Amino acid sequence: MIDMQGVYKTYPNGVTALNGIDVRIEQGEFVYVVGPSGAGKSTFIKMIFREEKPTKGTVIVNDYKLHDLKWKKVPYLRRNIGVVYQDFKLLPKMTIFENVAFALEVIEEGPKVIRKRVMEVLDQVGLKNKARFIPDELSGGEQQRVAIARAIVNHPQLVIADEPTGNLDPETSWEIMKILEEINASGTTILMATHSKEIVNTIKKRVIAIEDGIVVRDEHRGEYGYEI
Amino acid sequence: MTVASVGAVTTTLILVGAFLALMLNLNQVAGNIEEDVEIKALVEVTADEAQVDEIRQKIDDIPEVASVDYSSKEEELNGLIESMGEQGETWEMFEQDNPLNDAFVIKTDDPLDTFDVASEIEGFENIQEVNYGEDVVQNLFRFNKYARNIGLALIIGLVFTAIFLISNTIKITIMARSKEIGIMKLVGATNAFIRWPFFIEGLLLGILGSVIPIAVIISGYYYLDANVSQLITFDFVSLMPFNPFAWQLSLIILGIGAVIGVWGSVMSVRKFLKV
Ligand SMILES: Nc1ncnc2c1ncn2[C@@H]1O[C@H](COP(=O)(O)OP(=O)(O)OP(=O)(O)O)[C@@H](O)[C@H]1O
Ligand SMILES: [Mg+2]
Repeated sequence: MIDMQGVYKTYPNGVTALNGIDVRIEQGEFVYVVGPSGAGKSTFIKMIFREEKPTKGTVIVNDYKLHDLKWKKVPYLRRNIGVVYQDFKLLPKMTIFENVAFALEVIEEGPKVIRKRVMEVLDQVGLKNKARFIPDELSGGEQQRVAIARAIVNHPQLVIADEPTGNLDPETSWEIMKILEEINASGTTILMATHSKEIVNTIKKRVIAIEDGIVVRDEHRGEYGYEI
Repeated sequence: MTVASVGAVTTTLILVGAFLALMLNLNQVAGNIEEDVEIKALVEVTADEAQVDEIRQKIDDIPEVASVDYSSKEEELNGLIESMGEQGETWEMFEQDNPLNDAFVIKTDDPLDTFDVASEIEGFENIQEVNYGEDVVQNLFRFNKYARNIGLALIIGLVFTAIFLISNTIKITIMARSKEIGIMKLVGATNAFIRWPFFIEGLLLGILGSVIPIAVIISGYYYLDANVSQLITFDFVSLMPFNPFAWQLSLIILGIGAVIGVWGSVMSVRKFLKV
């Protein structure tokens, strides 16, 4: 479902973040992206939902050719991809329910469908009873569960997470990982950048290691492979 | 939606409205005068009937000419006597020995062709003289042209200034909402979906901003119509009538207000919509 061939990315300031990446990821896989800080993990992830455009090479996601995708089509690509960030990206003035419903309002679902589906995903991440709270009234782990609920609310085939446990304590991180594994078990592809050695070495999945903008290792049931 | 942006629309629209009212009235007066412009070609006294017919034929053949009327010297004299009123009686003694010429009165399709047609006729045989109030007409045409162009430029300038002001004031509110816009894009909102609320906001802003200008224009024009019109006694100069002019002007103001508001508002989101 993801096919990158010879992908280079040089930012306008001259920094080359990706230096020739070839990666294929199949539907239903669970993939960790690891590597030192500044290696290009976030840039690699941004290529996939067209947050950034490759300078050279081809990126195909769900049959969308991202390297020459018209900007008008970008929103439709993103509706098939759920994105989760380290800093949650929730809207502070909206309730939990509204934050998740937002992703469905944007694609102009009817209010009845929205209500039913939002309560469904909030139940899935264990926050059904906090639907009326605002983000500030929730713990970090709970906020990240809201972000995950929002990411999966419109049944995407792919969920991308950039250090989803980066701001969370170890115990909370395991809760988040459990939810991501459940989502993966239902057939959704998961691509996750992380610095967590414990997670990668405990929940064994495919590991793609990036250093200086190139893939240095790609193993199924791989190890984290870095100290710290 | 800030007081500042509504204020910007209001100020602009009052100025635009006043300019429009002035320009449209000037246009109307100028149009009246232009309509009245006619060329009078005096025929040599020595010309015989056949030669007069020939002149008429040649004038008729000029493509820009709309109408040609022949006026014999007797008709010319009667016209003169009538237009003089009381004093006209002294002219009646000329009825026996008419010093005037037979004349052609010519109108052109486009008043601006007056000069060219007049000088062409001047070259015909058996034409003694051609009159059309040269200086007055020429100056008037020139004045009208400048007035129109300058007025139009001023109005366009004002409108763009307002759009700029509004997009800047709105941009500040959008800075605050840029995070929200970013998240909307992340979950797959189209630009149209994001722009929609700003479109509505701009429209409201424009409509709200036109309320005071419309009130000012209607009451101001009502006053002008009631008081100034009586002072103007030339029959070729008249203000546009209050009804329907004031209402039409109000509609135009409302339209311009809506365009300014929507455009300013939508322009200010543009930066945040770039993928
Ligand atoms: N928007 C940008 N403009 C310019 N340079 C950038 C931009 N984003 C990233 N970079 C540069 O590209 C390189 C790779 O950055 P990237 O964020 O992909 O690294 P990363 O592997 O995600 O690092 P970390 O583990 O710290 O998150 C870095 O040198 C970074 O400075
Ligand atoms: Mg990163």
